[in-house]
Amino acid sequence: MSERLATIASASGLHARPAALFAEAAGALDIEVTIAPKGAPEDDALDASSILSLMTLGAAKGDEVVLRASGDGAEAALDSLVALLETDLDAV
Amino acid sequence: MQNFSGVGVMPGRVIGTIRHMPPALSEPPAGEKLDASVTAEQAIARLKEAAASVQADLRTRAATASPEAKAVLEATAQMATDSMLLKGANKLINTGLSAERGIWESGETVAQMLITLGGYMAERATDVLDVRARIVAALRGVPAPGIPDSTDPFILVAEDLAPADTATLDPAKVIALLTTGGGPQSHTAIIARAMGLTAIVAAKGLEALESGTEIFVDGAAGTISTSPGDTERTAVDAWLKNAALLSVFDGNGVMADGHLVPLLANVGGGKDAVKAAAAGAQGVGLLRTEFCFLGRDTEPSIEEQVAEYKAVFDAFGSKKVVVRTLDAGADKPLPFLTDASEPNPALGVRGYRTDTTSPGVLARQLSAIATASAGSEAEVWVMAPMISTPSEAADFAAMCADAGLATPGVMVEVPSAALGSEAILGQVSFASLGTNDLTQYTMAADRQLGPLAALNNPWQPAVLRLIELTVAGSRAEGNHKPVGVCGEAAADPALAVVLVGLGVSTLSMSARSLASVAAVLKTVTLERAGELAQLALAAPSAETARTAVREALPALAELGL
Repeated sequence: MSERLATIASASGLHARPAALFAEAAGALDIEVTIAPKGAPEDDALDASSILSLMTLGAAKGDEVVLRASGDGAEAALDSLVALLETDLDAV
Repeated sequence: MQNFSGVGVMPGRVIGTIRHMPPALSEPPAGEKLDASVTAEQAIARLKEAAASVQADLRTRAATASPEAKAVLEATAQMATDSMLLKGANKLINTGLSAERGIWESGETVAQMLITLGGYMAERATDVLDVRARIVAALRGVPAPGIPDSTDPFILVAEDLAPADTATLDPAKVIALLTTGGGPQSHTAIIARAMGLTAIVAAKGLEALESGTEIFVDGAAGTISTSPGDTERTAVDAWLKNAALLSVFDGNGVMADGHLVPLLANVGGGKDAVKAAAAGAQGVGLLRTEFCFLGRDTEPSIEEQVAEYKAVFDAFGSKKVVVRTLDAGADKPLPFLTDASEPNPALGVRGYRTDTTSPGVLARQLSAIATASAGSEAEVWVMAPMISTPSEAADFAAMCADAGLATPGVMVEVPSAALGSEAILGQVSFASLGTNDLTQYTMAADRQLGPLAALNNPWQPAVLRLIELTVAGSRAEGNHKPVGVCGEAAADPALAVVLVGLGVSTLSMSARSLASVAAVLKTVTLERAGELAQLALAAPSAETARTAVREALPALAELGL
């Protein structure tokens, strides 16, 4: 199991367009990635490719979240998703 | 040829083929079990397939949609196969529920979570419920609910439209709107006027026509016929020629004898105001401030309100803008102001009355209006909705004075306000007749109910009589306090003539109707309008009043109005 900590950079938080872009990117991967607020139990982690899960997470700009994945390519996948979260997607 | 008739709410002559609005989707019964012949695995697979087809359909639509609609459709498409939504449903299916019931409940759970989060998330709950309905429709093999999708323009036939449907109404696709229910003051009618969409409501019998039938619609006459021929095609051509003339208002409402009738616009926000000003409106006769509040679960801050109001004021330079304070309640509930459990909301705590149950909101709104007004050139008047007594008018005037607003007024919507207008106008500077509610309360007929459409008609002589009494009260009061009209009645060119004849000084309407009303007013003198008003007052029914006045106004037929 690999883990990464990321800080939400999008001005509007992880909703709307940023959530849609992130869910799409997570869904395009061959492995399952979960997302959870920093400090939340691993069992409560949500499916990162689910836009509805991301929206109910309600993460705002500056909030920290933990991404988890395991298996082949997990490290590279997590790196790409962290980069996405740490970009202001409202600005692109 | 088959003929149908209803109440025309927006003029226009159109020939086209019809499409029916699918009936609303019924909720799968609570506890609906899986069919014995289907395993849970099969049901889950069917659900997955249905979700995928809904997603594909939404993506296809997104590809050809306008940029704004595209974003919404794409996000909705993404939701259709969302793991949270489907996993929730799969769990329920594994406990023995049907796929339809499973996705229904799972969608409900997700929507409730979003509503709890409030704000932007709460708005997205509607999208989740829309996706849920589409998936259930796909599972049942019936058309998706909502306005039918078509590559070609069509005439939409519906029982009545919900406010949510009208938001997805694409004027490039829907060329006319016909409802079998609904009344001339229903929201469907108001929206058709705002969009300039030829429309007839309460046209019985249309539900029997097959989709794809070619028909001719005359929105002014309120008539519909099948198998259109040369006569109808010529009528459409004549309308198109006149429509070009009727789309321009020169910004000067004047009668044949030079009597001035300022024509103002009803607007619901800054964007609307810019459009109305461009359409030549001589000011705003009704700023519906609800736009700033609707869909909110908390009161907007004073700063937010100031910005919203100022945007409207600035669109009109130094012209008059009449601001109506918050009109919540009845068909426009607000969670922080109105009590949804009232048994009879139209007669409940709504409009100005909410100040007694939630004091503070109105005072803060008045303060925001005063601040916005101080920062702009506009001549700002303020009026309260649902005033019934002189003492309410006096209390409102005092609140306006406290806020530093110089021109307080009242809406006349309740018959008691019309009957008591002399005493009420003694307390304030002006009155504005809200004919939609005045009609509903005079006739004791809910304006949302199709079966009551005939009663809910501002041509009812009793309603006209109350308008006459309101003006008479102003004359008796003695200080020439203006009485305007800001209801849908002002947008009907024939009725507009009657209103002016009854002594109304200004008319406020959807910006789209300004040119038609101006074109007809121009052909009549004030004296003649007075005679036509008496003709309408003396009529035994709304229909005879309307027919008599229309026959006396040849300009209507010439212009196709």
